[in-house]
Amino acid sequence: MRSRSAQTMIYWLMRAFTYFVLIVIAYIIFDIIRNGMPVLSWEFLTESPRKSGAEGGILPAIVGTLLLVLGTMAAALPLGMASAIYLSEYAKRGRFTEMLRLAILTLAGVPSIVFGLFGLGLFVLFLNFGASIIAGSLTLACMVLPTIIVSSEEALQGVPQSLREGSLALGATKWETIRKNVLPYAIPGMMTGSILGIGRAAGETAPILLTVAAFYLPGLPDSIFDQVMALPYHLYVLATQHPSADLVRPMQYGTALVLMILVMTVNLAAVLIRSRMRKKYRW
Amino acid sequence: MKSKMKEKAIKLVFTSAASTAILIVALIFLFLGNEAAPFAKVPGLSELFGQKWMPVSFEKESFGLLPLITGSLLVTFLATIIAVPFGVCGAVYISEVASRFERELFKPFIELLAGIPSVVIGFFGLIVLTPIVKDVFGLYSGLTALTGALLLALMAIPTIITISEDAISNVPKSYKEASAALGASELQTVWKVTVPAALSGIIAAVMLGMGRVIGETMVVMMVTGNAAIVTGSPFESVRTMTATIAAEMGEVPFGSDHYRALFWVGIVLLIMTFMLNLVSHRVLKKYQDKQ
Repeated sequence: MRSRSAQTMIYWLMRAFTYFVLIVIAYIIFDIIRNGMPVLSWEFLTESPRKSGAEGGILPAIVGTLLLVLGTMAAALPLGMASAIYLSEYAKRGRFTEMLRLAILTLAGVPSIVFGLFGLGLFVLFLNFGASIIAGSLTLACMVLPTIIVSSEEALQGVPQSLREGSLALGATKWETIRKNVLPYAIPGMMTGSILGIGRAAGETAPILLTVAAFYLPGLPDSIFDQVMALPYHLYVLATQHPSADLVRPMQYGTALVLMILVMTVNLAAVLIRSRMRKKYRW
Repeated sequence: MKSKMKEKAIKLVFTSAASTAILIVALIFLFLGNEAAPFAKVPGLSELFGQKWMPVSFEKESFGLLPLITGSLLVTFLATIIAVPFGVCGAVYISEVASRFERELFKPFIELLAGIPSVVIGFFGLIVLTPIVKDVFGLYSGLTALTGALLLALMAIPTIITISEDAISNVPKSYKEASAALGASELQTVWKVTVPAALSGIIAAVMLGMGRVIGETMVVMMVTGNAAIVTGSPFESVRTMTATIAAEMGEVPFGSDHYRALFWVGIVLLIMTFMLNLVSHRVLKKYQDKQ
């Protein structure tokens, strides 16, 4: 009997720990929404900042972040998916594959600020792109590459072997098999993982700090070699560097909310694709 | 014949795409090393072993990494201590105790947390948590190592929960049944059979979480106060390696000693996270092979 009550107590303790985490998460989101909502307006979303961010809107930062996301996708998606196809469909056990796996593992563990240093050294200085959209996008692309590869490979592995064998047995070549009998089933899963990774990139600050972000640039960019503002960096600057940080608090909350909505929308899209696919295909 | 050529060409395309990952890793080491190397000649590597980080000074600059490394380690250590009970309890609870409904509720929540940008968490910490820490502990300022650690713990928890939960639910059912058959209570089975069987997975999860924490930049830059001092106290302000790079890189002249020293900070950071990552994956792999 005593052990029974001990068990109940410990379970309740564990429950308390778990719920505490949930409550903290909910509170953070609630706090940002509550304080950010009043700031959101058409003007806030569609105008350039004035008086170094104290007034006006955040349009250039929204556009900057969207451009960076697009650039990152354009660079990282094809490369990551192709790497995953190699690993899942072509790779044999051996030194090269082992090296490749180690490289992916290493990349996954590199801190984001080190990617920033790398981007600064390679793209900004060595390739002479300067602080620009292209330098920032490529840096972010390097950062999300391992996520895309790993999740895409998982999706490819989820396609039953029999589908490949059936196609090969009918005389299709390897590429025909992959293109017609593997990819159509794997692509939604590949997209899901990749989009989740890119959503994370949209919220990253450290890598773009050194490679693209402009402190205050009310205009919109003309080319991919221009600097842009970006939402995460804008929030950071408003919150810590602004001479009257307390007075611009509403602008900070508004920026935080827009950033969170943007990242969450991307994530939600990924999750929706996944749940829809789960219903459609069952092996 | 033509289609054979085509097949070969396609394979080559995929192989070269895959090789870029290796290329990027090589380039990271190359470019970090390349920018850092001249520092070894002038002013010399011994500078890095000094006790003080004072890169801008009227008399003599000093580039001792010690305060930055201890800063990072202190924050990481505190964050781990805070995150482990929550992460492990959460994982055990979700996989062994929670009802189906709870489980369906928790998973998206945890994913949600993992999706909140770090700068937003840092911002929340700056506005909401900093005053709380200041009042609760009666401090002069709330910008302390502890404040950073609390937020970083929150960021490590999703990693720890997700991976430990995987490990725990992978423990074969027969273990639990055997334990129950021997008359053990549910709780005894969880603590004496399930958790020990999943232990290496849980350890790997914690280490991966630590890797995330030690490499995190924005949160620590915003809430730890950034004083480059050597301290073991959670109530002091500290400056981590990541925050140092992020805060100072924007202002240094390219090619100066300070600039090169920051690349050294990056190299030390890279080596530390690389080791953590490598060891945790070895542990995970061994564990998976055993299953």
